Amino acid sequence: MSEKSSKPRSVEFRGGGFAPVSHRWVGLVVFIVLIVLAEVGTQTGFISALTMPKPSDVLETFHQLYVSGLLWKHLVPSITRLLVGATLGITVGIWVGVMIGLFSYVRAGLVPLVAAIFPIPKIALLPLFVIWFGIDEASKYALIAFGTFTPTVVATYGAVDNVDRTLIRMGQSFGLSWTSIVRKIVLPGAMAGILSGLRISMAIAIILLVAAEMLGAEYGIGAYILEAGSLYDLERLFAGVVILSVMGVLVSAAISAVERKLLGWRT
Amino acid sequence: MDIRLSGINHSYDDLEVLRDVTLDIPSGKIVCVVGPSGCGKSTLLRLIGGLERPTSGEILQMGDVPENCLNPLTYVFQDFALLPWRTVHGNISLVLEDHGIRGARAQVIIDDVLERTRLTDFAKALPRQLSGGMKQRVAIARALAVNPAVMLMDEPLSALDSQTRELLIDDLVALWSRTPFTAVYVTHNLAEAVRLGHLIVVLSRRPGEIREIVEIDKPLADRRYADPDLEIQQKRLWDLMREEARAADEELIHV
Repeated sequence: MSEKSSKPRSVEFRGGGFAPVSHRWVGLVVFIVLIVLAEVGTQTGFISALTMPKPSDVLETFHQLYVSGLLWKHLVPSITRLLVGATLGITVGIWVGVMIGLFSYVRAGLVPLVAAIFPIPKIALLPLFVIWFGIDEASKYALIAFGTFTPTVVATYGAVDNVDRTLIRMGQSFGLSWTSIVRKIVLPGAMAGILSGLRISMAIAIILLVAAEMLGAEYGIGAYILEAGSLYDLERLFAGVVILSVMGVLVSAAISAVERKLLGWRT
Repeated sequence: MDIRLSGINHSYDDLEVLRDVTLDIPSGKIVCVVGPSGCGKSTLLRLIGGLERPTSGEILQMGDVPENCLNPLTYVFQDFALLPWRTVHGNISLVLEDHGIRGARAQVIIDDVLERTRLTDFAKALPRQLSGGMKQRVAIARALAVNPAVMLMDEPLSALDSQTRELLIDDLVALWSRTPFTAVYVTHNLAEAVRLGHLIVVLSRRPGEIREIVEIDKPLADRRYADPDLEIQQKRLWDLMREEARAADEELIHV
C-alpha cells in the first residue's frame, strides 16, 4: 500500500470522556476522606485547635445537642420558617412565571420588574420587612419568600418559553381548550426547567433562613451558629454548619426524588 | 364532507407565498399536494385546518361532518407531535378528554384505533421507546380517534427512513381501503404522491399557484412499489416540476 510498509497497528481509541456517568459513591468517599484528614490533622497537632475543631469533638457536641433536646428546639422553628417561606415564594413564583410565559402583556410589564428585584441582596431588606411585618416570624417568612420568588420566576418563564411549540399547535389543532393546553402540555413540558430552578431557589432559601435568624431570633440554626461564633465555640459552630449542609443535601435529594417521579419519561 | 378553497392568496408581510389557489377536496379521496420546497404547501395545509388565516379568499366546509366526529379537521404532523410524558394510550386519550370522553367510552375508541394501526400491544409504551414509524402510527391512531372528516397530513412520512416509509404507505393504503377517509396529503416526495393520491395537485414555486391537477384512476390497493404505470406518472410529474425545483433551490432564503 504505502511505500514504507510498516507493521499493521490497531486503531487507537480516542472517544472517551465527556459523557457523564453516575458514580454516587464517589461523593461519599470525598466527604469521608476530608473528615478523616481533618481528624488526623487535629489529633496529631498538624492543624492547631484554634483553626479547626476535631471532627470527633464536633460529633460529641452534636450528640450533646441531641440529648439535651436543644437540637429540636433550634431545628423545628428553622424548618418551619424554611417550609413556610419557600412554599410561599415558590408557589407565587411559579404562578407569576407561567403568566409571564403565557401572556405578552404580563411579560412586558413584569420582566423588567423582576430584573430590577433580582440583584437586590434580600438580606438588606430585612429591616424593611421588620417594619412591614413585625419582628416575629412573618418578617422571616417574607424574606425567604421574597428571596425564592425571583429565581423561581426566571426559571419558570424560561422553561415555559422552551416548551415545544409544535406540541402546543397540536393541542390547538385538536381543539383542546386553553386550560387543557396549559395543564396538559405547557406545565408538564416546563416541569424540568421549573425543578432545576427549584434547586437554586431552595439553596437561596437556606442561606436567607440563616441570615434572618442571625439578625433576630432566639431559636433557630442561624441563632445557634451566631451564638457559637460570638463565644468562639468552634465545635458548636461546626455542628451548626453541618446541620445546614445536611439540610441542603436533603432538600436536593427531595427535589431529585420529585424529578424521578415527574420526569421519569425522559430517560 | 368536501372542502372548497376559492381564490386563496396568502402573504407574510411582503412575501407572497400562495396566489389564487382554487381547489375542491372531494369526500373520500386523498388529495396530494406536491411542489418544490418553500412553495407554500405546508402553509396551505395550515390554512385549511384553521391554524392560520388566509390574506384573502375563502375556505368552505361543504356538507355534514360524519357522526361522532369530534374534530372535523385533524392534522398528522411531520414530527409526530406526541407528548413525550404520556404513553401511547395517554397520547390518544388526550384528544378525547376535552370532549368529556373518559373511562370505558374512551377505552372502546382507543382499543379500536390501536387495533387499526396495529399498536394494540404498545398501549403502555412511552414515545421514546418507539421507532419513528411507530410514533407516526400513534399519531395516525390519535387522528383516527377523533373520527375526522378530513385528515390534514403534513409530510407525515418525511422524517422516516425509506424502508419505514414503504411500510407506512402500505399501512395507509390498508387503512383507506378498510374505511375510505378524506385527506389532504402534503409531500415533496413524488413516489409517495403517486402511491397515495387520487388527485395530485402540483404547485409552482413561490408564490405557489396550481400548475396542474393530475388524476390517477388506478385503485389504491392495486398500486405497488415500482409499479410501471406509476413510474410513468411520477416521471411526468417530475418533468412538470424539475425546472421549478431547480429555480427554487437556487433562490436566496428570504428571512
